[in-house]
Amino acid sequence: MESLIWGYVYPNEVEIQWSILIVLYPYITGLVAGAFIASSLYHVFGKKEVKPVARFALLTALSFLLVATMPLLTHLGHPERGIEIMFTPHVTSAMSGFGYIYSFYLIVVVLEIWLSFREDIVKKAHNSKGWQELMYSALALFSYDISEKALHEDEKLAKKLAIIGIPSAAFLHGYVGFIFGGIKANPWWSTPLMPLIFLMSAIVSGIALLILLYIASMKIRKHAIDHKCLHSLAHYLWVFLIFDVTLEMLEIISMKYESLEEIDIINRLLSDKIATTFYGVQLTMGILIPFMLLLLVGIIKNRETLKMIMISISSVFVLIGVFAMRWNVVIGGQEISKSLSGTLTYVPVFFNQEGVLPAIIILIIPFIILRVVTYILPPWKDMEEEAAR
Amino acid sequence: MEVTRREFTKIGCKVIIGAAAGSAVIESVIIRGTGAENSPADEYDWNEHYWGYIVDTRICIGCGRCANACKRENDVPFDEPVYRTWVERYRTKLDGEVVIDSPNGSIDGFPDDIPPEEVKKAFYVPKICNHCDNPPCVQVCPVGATFETKDGVVLVDYKYCIGCRYCIQGCPYGARYFNTKKGTADKCTWCYHRITKGLLPACVQACPTGARKFGDLNDPDSIVNKILDTERINVLKPDLGTKPKVYYVGLDREVR
Repeated sequence: MESLIWGYVYPNEVEIQWSILIVLYPYITGLVAGAFIASSLYHVFGKKEVKPVARFALLTALSFLLVATMPLLTHLGHPERGIEIMFTPHVTSAMSGFGYIYSFYLIVVVLEIWLSFREDIVKKAHNSKGWQELMYSALALFSYDISEKALHEDEKLAKKLAIIGIPSAAFLHGYVGFIFGGIKANPWWSTPLMPLIFLMSAIVSGIALLILLYIASMKIRKHAIDHKCLHSLAHYLWVFLIFDVTLEMLEIISMKYESLEEIDIINRLLSDKIATTFYGVQLTMGILIPFMLLLLVGIIKNRETLKMIMISISSVFVLIGVFAMRWNVVIGGQEISKSLSGTLTYVPVFFNQEGVLPAIIILIIPFIILRVVTYILPPWKDMEEEAAR
Repeated sequence: MEVTRREFTKIGCKVIIGAAAGSAVIESVIIRGTGAENSPADEYDWNEHYWGYIVDTRICIGCGRCANACKRENDVPFDEPVYRTWVERYRTKLDGEVVIDSPNGSIDGFPDDIPPEEVKKAFYVPKICNHCDNPPCVQVCPVGATFETKDGVVLVDYKYCIGCRYCIQGCPYGARYFNTKKGTADKCTWCYHRITKGLLPACVQACPTGARKFGDLNDPDSIVNKILDTERINVLKPDLGTKPKVYYVGLDREVR
């Protein structure tokens, strides 16, 4: 253990408190917020070109949202008391809002999904038999009015909900940033930019995930990819990458320029502890390379397959880069001592309550959930009808 | 020496009675001690007190008896790297390099790993929870399980803490740790079970040089106020606005 410590760390700091699971938590909520905002591009801003993925994006958001609490509960010393955060929230704590923001957002996402799929659900209820009929009737809440007027009302309500949904998605994730940004004890975390940085990286990760899932789904279903939709998503990914990198660089540059008391330990963190994951993975792989590739996608004419490959690579890199960003914040912040005179190293364990294995399991579960919900509520149906027409 | 049967029986009886009585007394003390932990004596009124703590870094000799006494008094595991109090050693070498250490929180003392002729300045700094007036740990607790008492002590409600460890992240002084047995955050209580009975915290009691002092800030004649009124005082990380109630005499600029 001793060799992993450099300089002087407070004796109680030897144990790293927030493990890989707490890296996962902002990563997952980020994907949720990003996917939801991607769907809002159609639902709120009327961007018709992303319509093919709009409903799928909502289901993706839901699948990840359902596991967002898992890393937290696994991490708690007393998971059975976790619910106290709802019953007796201590309002000065940034963390105390979690239960309410999470629940509110869950309701918004579920309602939004219900409204978007209501027509399909009612049709399914009419056209199926046995337990399926019962399930879809229950999902339809035994209300079968799908007249033009009713559907129009649905659409209006869905738009209103999505308008509420955007700030709640932003809040859900921006507030995660504040959990770190509001900690004055830790100079690597304490910055008012943190919520915005978290939000921008959330949006890019959500769009990147959506792109990959869309391409994968179309390949699995042997359905042609809507390149207009794909390019539009790639375009938004590129734009939000610019916001993201601007904020991330602004934070580092102002820290270095102002050179406060903590600058020595921050420099050591950046040049030694997280040099690879920060400059290499987060900035170069996660932002610079995708930025260049997506720029090329915008310039190159035709050659759709090549562009699709470039967009896929960019999306994979963005997803890895954002994970590295969460890692660099959560783990990086704990690898510097609050004495500002030493560093320590987090060594992840594999088989442990807070190890890599539970993290992998938690990260796989949303894809299983997504498979199930897309089976119950096929998001591609209307697209195929259009193609068949 | 010859022991008659009669004498042998007498001694035997005395031993048995003594042992029985002794263990009964010890047991009653233990029961009283544990039963009263963190619950003040009946006559104690927390509105009448406001506690403060003085550390005189000039006279600390780094013996580590305070850290030792604390672990014994408060049942803090000796085999885990967790401390409610510890002592840091600062040594400035001839080339100006400052070496800070606190091996095992100073419980086993300090090794002579730098030859004395290479050190131009050295001193010890005892550390403990600052029981801040504006405690960031209390601010960040999502369920209100950690709180400040009326008499100015920051405590943890072990039956309520969910074990999220946000308070450990929020403390700028590294004064909190995670108690793996309880599954909760844990920290110095200023020996609340002792001070509410008119006793001193164990670390203050154990200090052989008087480098640690404890008293009532409400009482103008308390030892703490006498020092605050006459000495030049500083606190740790004053720029963070935590308003610590552990006051340092002779605090060096190198101390973090």
